[in-house]
Amino acid sequence: MASGIRDKVAILGMGCARFGERWQDDAEHLMVEAFQECLADAAIDVTQIDAAWLSVGFDAMNIGPSGIPLAMALRLPNVAVTKVENYCASGTEAFRGAVYAVASGACDIALAMGVEKLKDTGYGGLPVRSRGTMFDMVGVTGSAPGNFAQVASAYRAKHGVSREDLKRAMAHVSVKSHANGAKNPKAHLRKPISEEQAINAPMIAEPLGLYDCCGVSDGAACAIVTTPDIAHGLGKHALVTVKALALSVSNGWELQGMGWDGSYFHTTRIAARAAYHEAGIRNPRQEISLMEVHDCFSITELVTMEDLGISAEGNAVRDVLDGLFDADGAIPCQIDGGLKCFGHPIGASGLRMIYENYLQLLGRAGDRQRSTPPAYGLSHNLGGMPNQNVSAVAIVGLL
Amino acid sequence: MSGIVAFGAYVPRLRLQRQAVFAATGWFNPALKTLAKGERAMARWDEDAVTMAAEAARDCLAGVDRGDITKVMLASTSLPFADRQNAGIVKEALNLADAVGTMDVTGSQRAGASALIDALQGSATSGPVLCVASERRRARPGSEAEMINGDAAAAILVGPGEPLARLVASYSIAVDFIDHFRSADKDFDYAWESRWAREEGYLKHAPAAVRGVLERAELTPADVDRFIMPAPMRGVHEAVAKACGIASEAVADPLEATLGDCGAAQPLLMLARALAVAKPKERLLVIGFGQGCDALLLEVARTAPATPDKLGVDGWLSRRKAETNYIKHLFFSGLIDLERGMRAEADQKTALTALYRNRKAVLGLVGGRCSKTGVVQFPRSEISVAQNDRAVGTQEDYPLADRRARIVTHTADNLTYTPEPPDYYGMIEFDGGGRMVTEFADVEAADVDVGKPMRMMFRIKAFDERRGFRKYFWKAVPDYLAPSGQ
Repeated sequence: MASGIRDKVAILGMGCARFGERWQDDAEHLMVEAFQECLADAAIDVTQIDAAWLSVGFDAMNIGPSGIPLAMALRLPNVAVTKVENYCASGTEAFRGAVYAVASGACDIALAMGVEKLKDTGYGGLPVRSRGTMFDMVGVTGSAPGNFAQVASAYRAKHGVSREDLKRAMAHVSVKSHANGAKNPKAHLRKPISEEQAINAPMIAEPLGLYDCCGVSDGAACAIVTTPDIAHGLGKHALVTVKALALSVSNGWELQGMGWDGSYFHTTRIAARAAYHEAGIRNPRQEISLMEVHDCFSITELVTMEDLGISAEGNAVRDVLDGLFDADGAIPCQIDGGLKCFGHPIGASGLRMIYENYLQLLGRAGDRQRSTPPAYGLSHNLGGMPNQNVSAVAIVGLL
Repeated sequence: MSGIVAFGAYVPRLRLQRQAVFAATGWFNPALKTLAKGERAMARWDEDAVTMAAEAARDCLAGVDRGDITKVMLASTSLPFADRQNAGIVKEALNLADAVGTMDVTGSQRAGASALIDALQGSATSGPVLCVASERRRARPGSEAEMINGDAAAAILVGPGEPLARLVASYSIAVDFIDHFRSADKDFDYAWESRWAREEGYLKHAPAAVRGVLERAELTPADVDRFIMPAPMRGVHEAVAKACGIASEAVADPLEATLGDCGAAQPLLMLARALAVAKPKERLLVIGFGQGCDALLLEVARTAPATPDKLGVDGWLSRRKAETNYIKHLFFSGLIDLERGMRAEADQKTALTALYRNRKAVLGLVGGRCSKTGVVQFPRSEISVAQNDRAVGTQEDYPLADRRARIVTHTADNLTYTPEPPDYYGMIEFDGGGRMVTEFADVEAADVDVGKPMRMMFRIKAFDERRGFRKYFWKAVPDYLAPSGQ
């Protein structure tokens, strides 16, 4: 029986670049910006890093292949750099690589870096890309909003929710994240919006309007991890450790089998169960008090509340409208603005979520700091599309 | 005995309103006013002679065993590929066995009638022959041809067995009479004065063919119950009938008001329409005109059975949506280049090796069924998708194209590039198992909801403009066979 990852690895330091349309900056600048903050926080020298993991979502643009761009940007001491890609869950994947390397004892100190330079495409939204020769012949080259919008259609049909009620709940999700993003100096989108604005925004993919979609941003985020013992030895006292890391990948059942109704994320339910088990959490609604979830679209965040076991099935609309996930609610979600407003540089997003949880746990989140520091910070990082995806759940907490 | 054993048709859903064409181009060509009445069938951006041929063939083959078809003939003057057998694509779409003949018949508006004669004459020995005629006709904007033409396809299955109609006689004339031509490297026809075409062409060659075929059949003009001749120019069919002594009541409607003239497909479309209501012993005379003339005299053997699983010409004609946007017609025909944005730049290159490996799935919509668990899936895979039994190597072919499906999830995407935004798509689940995510075609917002019944149609998925290739695949359309359907 696997003993799990709980408390075997501590976060020594983290950094996050300002997300946004960084017209003046290459991926190199973004990585260095995040890394400088991270290195100062960790209070180590670059030569102490034993290995690194680099996550990037869009391979063909941005930095190109291999781990070399990270090694070059940071002038790493010729250590191993592994490049990972797992759709939009790539950031958590890099973190997972670094954490597991430390836990295995293969290295003492490891770096996880996620970066994405998206604003070199010439157009808004995510770049159009091939998904392989077979998919390109039989798949639908829809946009990301179009892929996720379908969850709304199935959720409505399953739970008998009217389009208007769902639109209102989705608007509440986005209004909340805009209010949070406005307080975050590193966020891409920093303007509050009204529910009316969200509901009446131009339609992107029925029923998702402009404000139901997250920002497409340039950015980078990173973490340096080590064992609790080494961290203590380096003079760190308050330690944030990894309580759980779970990743679930679709095997085609949702897309090709029978039974999935399209209204939820099968993999998130599996990853959440595994993560709670690993972290020793029995009642997530009672025990989780801070969440950063993959709110690529408002509908994703809404159904994820159910998939994570926070809201009962069919109750997310009510919980959202009751303000449960607002900054002053019982379980704030996206207190940093989320993908919606902090932004979504694909390869960096998973690490950005952990970054916020890390700051909140240590009481270092500035204007948006929770008055009662949370016991756990949960991050949920999703890649792909509802019928075929990668779902990662990471839980961190104080040792 | 051999003869016609089944027939079918396909007409695209959009009907271009001729008044809309005139409203846009009448300032330049006021003479178009005389043609600015009624409507013509207009292909959507994702339809061509091959896709429409496949649909007409499916309409024809509803309830028919496809297993013994020996040959597929595709007649058209608007085939998308000059060197890749178009009939071969139709064969793949129909999921016919590889041991089948295929042949494109082209080069003249007469191609459809000529192919049918060939099929009727050859099928007695070879086995069932599927004769399809299909046209997606392009004409220069503001031309008479743009008003007159239509896009549609018809399919006639000829073979042994108890026929619906048998060939009594045929007669062909070949004369290099060039009322119009289109050279291989040009997009549009070049036409000579229509009065000359009418007087020296239609009114001389068609009557000669009629006389010839009646003589061979030892019949008289009075024996013709239905005179089936297209009318690419107004009234020419009636004038020919009159010149031949055929009663005006026998003259079939050339469908100019509702369909337009679909070139090589028109005689077969009109024949398919006539066969649907013909009574035993009736004699049908079919005319195909173009650099000469073909005449076929058929005798009806039995009334066509009622077929709830096919629409036929009139069924497809009543499945319609009036299109008043002339610019849309131009864009769908590649005659105007709208700003499509950078998303349209995505490379649509097809790996021909992968297409060949997966041709049954891609072109035939053949999925897999686990012979152990019965689980159906698309596409097939080495290991079954069944959660409780990951059986290895148990998949057998399972055709899905003719299965009804229901919508599981859907959206209308304004961000992705499609020539007709928004792009409707979603997940569908087939009756009997299997599911897929696919685009929806021929839909309005009200047609799209969870649980709505759909059927599959063979369509163009995307154009590879750089290489001149086009990708075909299957899309879902509202269930046109549903009792409350369109």
